[in-house]
Amino acid sequence: MERIYIFKRFERFWHWSQALLIMFMLLSGFEVHGSFTLFGFENAVAYHTISAWMIITLWIFAVFWTFTTGEWKQYIPSMEKVDAMIKYYITGIFTNAPHPFKQTRLSKHNPLQKLAYIFVLVVINPIIWFSGWAYLFYNDLAVVGLQGLPLEWIAYVHVIGAYMMLVFFIAHVYLGTAGHTPTSHIKAMITGWEETD
Amino acid sequence: MKKQRYIIGYLLFLIGGVMVSSAGYASAKAETMQKPAAAIPATTANTKKAKSNSTADHSKFKELDKNFNSGPEVTKACLTCHTEAAKQVHATKHWTWEFINPATKRKLGKKNVINNFCTSTKTNETFCSACHVGYGWKDDKFDFTEEAAVDCLACHDTTKSYKKIPGLSGHPNYKKMEWPPHSGKFRPATDLKKIAQNVGQTSRDTCGGCHFYGGGGDAVKHGDLDSSLKQPGKYLDVHMDAKGLNFSCGKCHLSDSHEVSGSRYAPTSIDKKGAIMRGKAGERNPTTCVACHDNAPHKEYAKLNDHTDKIACQTCHIPEFARGPRETKMTWDWSTAGKLDEKGHPIKINSSSGAVAYDSKKGDFTYDRVVIPEYKWFNGEVKFTLFGDKVDGSDIVKINDMMGGPDDPNALIWPFKVFRGKQPYDVGNQTLAVFHTAGKDEAAFWGNFDWEKSMKAGMASTGVEYSGKMAFVETEMSWPITHMVAPKEDALTCAQCHKENGRLSKVAGIYQPGTNSTPILDMLGSIVAWLTLLGVIIHGGIRVIQSRKGA
Repeated sequence: MERIYIFKRFERFWHWSQALLIMFMLLSGFEVHGSFTLFGFENAVAYHTISAWMIITLWIFAVFWTFTTGEWKQYIPSMEKVDAMIKYYITGIFTNAPHPFKQTRLSKHNPLQKLAYIFVLVVINPIIWFSGWAYLFYNDLAVVGLQGLPLEWIAYVHVIGAYMMLVFFIAHVYLGTAGHTPTSHIKAMITGWEETD
Repeated sequence: MKKQRYIIGYLLFLIGGVMVSSAGYASAKAETMQKPAAAIPATTANTKKAKSNSTADHSKFKELDKNFNSGPEVTKACLTCHTEAAKQVHATKHWTWEFINPATKRKLGKKNVINNFCTSTKTNETFCSACHVGYGWKDDKFDFTEEAAVDCLACHDTTKSYKKIPGLSGHPNYKKMEWPPHSGKFRPATDLKKIAQNVGQTSRDTCGGCHFYGGGGDAVKHGDLDSSLKQPGKYLDVHMDAKGLNFSCGKCHLSDSHEVSGSRYAPTSIDKKGAIMRGKAGERNPTTCVACHDNAPHKEYAKLNDHTDKIACQTCHIPEFARGPRETKMTWDWSTAGKLDEKGHPIKINSSSGAVAYDSKKGDFTYDRVVIPEYKWFNGEVKFTLFGDKVDGSDIVKINDMMGGPDDPNALIWPFKVFRGKQPYDVGNQTLAVFHTAGKDEAAFWGNFDWEKSMKAGMASTGVEYSGKMAFVETEMSWPITHMVAPKEDALTCAQCHKENGRLSKVAGIYQPGTNSTPILDMLGSIVAWLTLLGVIIHGGIRVIQSRKGA
């Protein structure tokens, strides 16, 4: 058994803050959308808006950290070993086959993970963020030349983003148990130390 | 271990952050709810007669120190000083009962429109003119240029003892008379000297003397105007609150040269130009909410300002109409009028609340109070169905149709009282009928209950001969709701619209978050999310089973 320090303190703070915020925003957001009643519409709007600004703040720090530490390289996707990962999730994981990917400090995400995160970064997040801002500043859209854009369209796009995030969330939580041991990823995300074979 | 503690610390910090900010929001809201709305001390409000700020004490004027025999005599005395007053009044619709619609150039005003209450003033002037600012209008020969015929006292009385009696052609009773008719109660002769010596500014009592009683009785017509506004509490009207801001009608309905601002014939539905700086009104209507409050009045919760491009202030801030103790009339069915008892006398039947539910003179009524308005797009243009406009009985006639829609930049969603009824129309002439109701002559419906005679006399007054065939047509009349503004803590809450089947669910062309209005998207999104969850459960389940086998 080998242990490597893989997630630094800020990274873990970022991850868990973001996790809480995303869960909270899914809850409050789907209430604003009308899917259920939990906090009450008025509170849900207020909470959702406050958490939006919190996650924006968090991301400003995260982007800064990612670039100053060079960690941005972790997110460069590649297709290498993607097939091996898929095969592992379809068969190997059930037969206790060895994990095809070995984590290192320089490469802490497996190829599928990288693809998933880049998808979040370039597709889901922009959908949510830009539609969210348009939603929030709907009456001032003329400033950016988007006057007349129906609120309905903005809401549609935002809700599509929310469903995508929900799907990502479910898969991400589950795949958190699909490390070298069912808890190794989760432990790593809490302590920073990942157990590898 | 130490690192774990850090992480827990971080998490607590984050959760705390969300809670503190939301609690801050909640307490800011709570604070605004408790803040008293009365910013102006009641003593400076100008409606209290006892604290008149006038520079003139009319009781010291020798012109008024005499026993007047009639209203016009008082008017002549007024005009000796207020030389231009009658000419000014002559130019107003309070006098002419005529209004030219600026958009269509059609003649509106009480003299011309047919509503679905008492329907028409024509041939009924002796009664209707109890609410005309003049004396002597009893038929179509009334001289609208006569200065002495202007009634100053109807609006400027401060004694509350001046009352124009229906049936006296705009005059008060100069002799002791029984009132209401057959009640056994008597009104003393009107003390014109006392009234003249105490004239002052208009007040809720003088304006309300007519406007609270429109449609034939207290609270009947408008739904947002009734006698409970004479001394309202804060809940009923945040501006007129007798112990608070204590606004008179004229505080909003600013007047110039006796022309009172604010109109139901050409209302201002939207004003995007913000609050009016004193002296800079120009052509803008000073009676609107925006004229004082601006287009972005919500300071604590700015998101509310994002509603002002689509929603009239009144829609949220007057959550119901007839919010006071009085019931307003909701329907009027003329088709049942004229039933008499076995002795041939007219009858009245009261509803369980004590209001008149049937009157032989008028038909069946229903009433309601604290009524949720109907909401419609409205751009300020009103299309009236006037005498002569084609009515064939097949459709519900919109007496006044509110123009505007979701794509109209000048339209907002407004609250309305929609008054529904059935009223006579001339089948042969295909027009809403003018029929004769009030008077002592043989054709007056209220005396003889004979539709044919009433129709003949009424239609003749328009210059159109009655075709001989009448029927009843369903009609609707919309009244924009704009009075009885609630304190902000009683305004609509977000969730009263932002929910399934909320207040505005029937209004076309708006997207309202929280109304669950994207069913297809939600179905697809949910399917994908559930499939993901299902996949994860199956995948995880197999892993668990396999690992147990291995163990």
